[in-house]
Amino acid sequence: MKILVAVKRVVDYAVKIRVKPDKTGVDTQNVKMSMNPFCEIALEEALRIKEAGFAKEVVAVSIGPPQCVDTLRTGLAMGADRGIHVEANSSFLPLTIAKILKSLADVENPGLIFLGKQAIDDDCNQTGQMVAALLGWPQATFASKVVVLDKDKQFATVDREVDGGLETLSVDLPAVITTDLRLNQPRYATLPNIMKAKSKPIKKMTLEDLKVDIKSDIEIVEVTEPPKRKSGVIVSSVDELIDKLKNEAHVV
Amino acid sequence: MLIDSSPSPTSLDATLILAEHESGSIKAQTVSTVVAANHLGESSSVSLLLAGSGSSLQEAASQAASCHPSVSEVLVADSDRFEYPLAEPWAKLVDFVRQQRDYSHILASSSSFGKNILPRVAALLDVSPVTDVVKILGSNEFIRPIYAGNALCRVRYTGAGPCVLTIRTTSFPVTPITESKKATISQIDLSKFKEDAVSRSRYVGQSTQDTERPDLGSARVVITGGRALKSVENFKMIEKLAEKLGGAVGATRAAVDAGYVPNDLQVGQTGKIVAPELYMAFGVSGAIQHLAGIKDSKVIVAVNKDADAPIFQVADYGLVGDLFEVIPELLEKLPEKK
Repeated sequence: MKILVAVKRVVDYAVKIRVKPDKTGVDTQNVKMSMNPFCEIALEEALRIKEAGFAKEVVAVSIGPPQCVDTLRTGLAMGADRGIHVEANSSFLPLTIAKILKSLADVENPGLIFLGKQAIDDDCNQTGQMVAALLGWPQATFASKVVVLDKDKQFATVDREVDGGLETLSVDLPAVITTDLRLNQPRYATLPNIMKAKSKPIKKMTLEDLKVDIKSDIEIVEVTEPPKRKSGVIVSSVDELIDKLKNEAHVV
Repeated sequence: MLIDSSPSPTSLDATLILAEHESGSIKAQTVSTVVAANHLGESSSVSLLLAGSGSSLQEAASQAASCHPSVSEVLVADSDRFEYPLAEPWAKLVDFVRQQRDYSHILASSSSFGKNILPRVAALLDVSPVTDVVKILGSNEFIRPIYAGNALCRVRYTGAGPCVLTIRTTSFPVTPITESKKATISQIDLSKFKEDAVSRSRYVGQSTQDTERPDLGSARVVITGGRALKSVENFKMIEKLAEKLGGAVGATRAAVDAGYVPNDLQVGQTGKIVAPELYMAFGVSGAIQHLAGIKDSKVIVAVNKDADAPIFQVADYGLVGDLFEVIPELLEKLPEKK
């Protein structure tokens, strides 16, 4: 079985972002970029499934500008077998990304597609669900705990983090799984693996190759900063705190 | 696979809401979603779609019919295949319902149910959804948070198909209902509803907490503990304080990862979003991802030994001190809950 993993290059999670003065977006120039943390977890899970003997190949795919190749190299250094870079200059909506992944799946025929549950830049949490819909495959979103595959690889058992706690589903393969925080701890790429990754292939593809039309039904009108909270005070004792909560804020 | 590849013209101002219910009643987040629907346009008709099976479904439908005066209709899909909210049959159901009648908008709350199902619905309809809406500026213009809420993005939906949204319910509080109105209840004819025989998902089980404490998403008070609590046993102090104030218990990712509390207590960018009147954080450093979940709280209180902890920059009241001393003192001196 082949596993396809989609990985996104995003602003690093620790960066304090700045909204551009012209309100067209967030400033990403000269800012540290990394693989989306949820995508790292997705890739890690795919690698573990391969290492457990349930998959033959892990293919990482990234969609975007030339720098996505760096993200793919990180994925290859972690252990992916090969990469696919779909060139795209503008920032596509999740539905277009989903259509690209669907086209790739039609070509590659994976038994599983792993995605992070959301990208920490747009926080959309849509792409995995949409890929599953377009392929007509079942989905298991917000996966936590270990995904166990049946010996004949016909279905996977997934624990999901839901509002009330944890839910367990069994999904027929092929399926789409999106990963949540606690699924695993991604490995660091070791130096020997980083060196090995340099000779692993990254195939370049275009939207024309995949016969995908760009869907543009959402316009960004403007991006702004949220309203700032009034600055608070430091109190010096529990008594003072209770007094403020009672007599100033009126919350107790 | 697209069910309907040519979008039929959508009628104006008809909203379909995917409703959630439990033990015979509608969940609070569904009512918030109705409140949100009111912002879409003046003469909007609102239909609630309930799916499930048996008597608790029918009870919930009856309760849903009078849960808010804006609801004009309750549609009920009663079948074993909807016993658990699986995305695949649900998304097909929404498309099935949509084929009987056009909707200009299809909404769900931004709960794990809504987040799981609505994007699948959108892709079946070949439209881009707008998820986690915090403000509605008109029938096709919305604001949603990005970068863990550190920026707000104003978007306009320009497509021809229905506008598909998930709503962040803490941004649409429900005010007490004075008007009483009962909507019509219709049982959906599922005889022509077909699902794939192959390629399915099956519900296996769940582990949820049975608690009398208020639900995190709608509690008036939330008391949160961080990894500084150091153990499951110590976290009981947080629970005691929550109980004293009639509040819900929250936790940071670090505390959940360390195993002090279960995952459904996690507050933050990828956990629960809360907007209580009072949020108290003990031993919480204030990472960007945690703050994303609490920014709309009315009053934020932080207690931490480290005076440089980022949480103090958002707290209305900060106390630099040892939570192991502060919490017992608070328990002793706070007035009983109202």
